[in-house]
Amino acid sequence: MTRTEILVIGAGPAGLSAAIESARAGARVLLIDENAAPGGQLFKQIHKFFGSREHRAGTRGLDIGTQLLAETRELGIGVMLSTEACAIYPGHEVWTVCEGKKSALIKTDCLIIATGASENAVSFPGWTLPGVMGAGAAQTMININRVLPGRHVLMLGSGNVGLIVSYQLLQAGAEVEAVVEAAPEIGGYGVHSAKIRRAGVPFYTSHTVVEARGREHVEEAVVAALDSNWRPLADSEQVFAVDTICLATGLTPLAELAWLAGCRFTYIPALGGHIPWHDKTMQSSIPGLYVAGDIAGVEEASTAMEEGRLAGINAAASLGYYATERREELSEQVRQRLAALRSGPFGDGRRSAKEEILNA
Amino acid sequence: MWRIEHHPILGDLKKQKKVLITLDGEQIEACEGEMVAAALMADGHRILRWTKKNDEPRGIFCAIGRCTDCVMIVNGVPNVRTCVTPVEDGMVIETQKGIGSWGKIE
Repeated sequence: MTRTEILVIGAGPAGLSAAIESARAGARVLLIDENAAPGGQLFKQIHKFFGSREHRAGTRGLDIGTQLLAETRELGIGVMLSTEACAIYPGHEVWTVCEGKKSALIKTDCLIIATGASENAVSFPGWTLPGVMGAGAAQTMININRVLPGRHVLMLGSGNVGLIVSYQLLQAGAEVEAVVEAAPEIGGYGVHSAKIRRAGVPFYTSHTVVEARGREHVEEAVVAALDSNWRPLADSEQVFAVDTICLATGLTPLAELAWLAGCRFTYIPALGGHIPWHDKTMQSSIPGLYVAGDIAGVEEASTAMEEGRLAGINAAASLGYYATERREELSEQVRQRLAALRSGPFGDGRRSAKEEILNA
Repeated sequence: MWRIEHHPILGDLKKQKKVLITLDGEQIEACEGEMVAAALMADGHRILRWTKKNDEPRGIFCAIGRCTDCVMIVNGVPNVRTCVTPVEDGMVIETQKGIGSWGKIE
């Protein structure tokens, strides 16, 4: 059995930040990830992040990823890749399988789960055809794999993911034929929608995709207007000749491990659904088990990194690496940055949703 | 045909070692270490498997190893997630029918 003081599951923005803060405090840290490379979804974020300078705003996601990996190396954090966490037993024992072959039990004093989220699907006739894919999937294809998934794309969903990926598809050389949004208003930031509007991409608000047509892959998308009750209006159908339909329709926390561990859950639709309850130190209902990032409520990479720091600081402090006063001081700095990231018209909803967890 | 050679942010595509793989017996040039599903898409192949019950085509859906829509038979092993499996020289890829079958494993 492997022994460690803090085990972090998931090497995305939250997990990397949690591991870095834990190691900075002096704790012995092990970071595992099921993927062959660390970084989670950071390296496909080729746009500049928002926020102030402390949030590394103005820096592209992939550059932040490179910085976090450098810090991880400098701090000598143990990283196990291609390693899946398959079970969590009482007493913080985690069963892992490495490269689908080697089984190992890891015993840890504190556990930080930072497994992120996965994209939601929308079902309509034809939605399983090759060519219908998550917007994040298209983003992985173009920015990581450097392969265009299609030439003519229709984007369903105008939140920040839909807007950013539409722009990045244009940068990659695809044509974005339309951005379709079921709500009456565009969901994401104006700065993102303006960029694709300037590029000539039409927006269809109060519309949705009702069918994907094609023999063996997508050849057409059928789009219909919606009434105020979200029902398709008769005779409003338009057909777009596209070979790809991207779904940017939200994310759901990847919370299986927290369920397995027996964490108490709360249901908060604004944060993606079932969320492991956590306190303001990111500790779940199980002492010594922390959650951070999208698993603790779907937000953005910048908030995920701050939550990771909060979990790392508090997990290390619980093992005696920080005195109470120092822990409070460091935690408060992070909380202030989180409050700043959750302000303004787009952040307020997330801030009150996160507060709802504390009261649940 | 589908590769992004030039990119305003990421720059030009770096030279990668080219290797040969086969898809259903047909030779395809791929880059060593890239994901199998990406290599196939770069060569214009969008159908990766056919479903068991209704014989419907499936392709890349999540691209991060979660949804299992992209599973194929790789070197004789069925149900391999090709979006997170790196290309190796001489890899034998087969379009999977249904739940697939085990081939000869070397």
